[in-house]
Amino acid sequence: MDPNNPSADVIQLTLPNRVEYLGVARLLVSGVANRMGFSYEDIEDIKLAVGEACTNAVEHAYEQEDGTNSLHLECRVYEDRLVIEVADQGKGFSVESAKKQATPLYSGIDQEDLVEGGLGLYLIHALMDEVVFHTDAGVSVSMTKYLRRDGVAGDDRTISKNQI
Amino acid sequence: MELTIQTINHETEHCVVLGGEIDAYTGPKVKETLMSLIEPGMTLAVDLEAVEYMDSTGIGVFVAVMKASKKAGCPFYVQNMSSRVERLFRITGFYEFIAIRKGEDK
Repeated sequence: MDPNNPSADVIQLTLPNRVEYLGVARLLVSGVANRMGFSYEDIEDIKLAVGEACTNAVEHAYEQEDGTNSLHLECRVYEDRLVIEVADQGKGFSVESAKKQATPLYSGIDQEDLVEGGLGLYLIHALMDEVVFHTDAGVSVSMTKYLRRDGVAGDDRTISKNQI
Repeated sequence: MELTIQTINHETEHCVVLGGEIDAYTGPKVKETLMSLIEPGMTLAVDLEAVEYMDSTGIGVFVAVMKASKKAGCPFYVQNMSSRVERLFRITGFYEFIAIRKGEDK
């Protein structure tokens, strides 16, 4: 489906690209996901994925010794899914480090080989249904989570009833 | 809710009770606190029951503390993981590395 489908409700938040605002970004997505009717576990998973994406962007801004950039968060609410895009204005987070971070998982290694960090991208992929990196006009990541309807297809009426 | 840190000092053990959110903002405070309590001959325990949010930053902190405590001869373990923390540890595989004390009454 076209991600720019006009039927989506769009919620945007721009905030300073600094660690003290990470909690605010998580609050936004948990509020939106809660309103859509996601389960508690799914809401916590979405918060964690968005937290990792924002942390990645913030830390990259620090690496660049340029904390003045802002972090841009967009939630697109569809009937069956939530799409969240995280982008930092300006340089974006590096795709090279993103690729590296997608690999290491804490399994099959010795305790001495554990590294501090490097799990963020792995977690985003593990927690969300679809993850797409865009490299045009800086770097951003789009993360999609589908509403699960208890494994029963086509019970849309139940969902809309619950929302009233 | 941000981060709460409460340290209970026993004769042979420091127990740090963490609560709230552990992320890139609060993680450095957790790391500083835990690192300062690593002492040879003492045990360092971290209670995670009241932790509502933790991301990979928290794992990074525990990896650093685990390594430093091993070097110093100070046993380090966690107890009372919340279901969210346990999920994070299991997804990342960190569950296999960290020492977990079970069946501990508060």
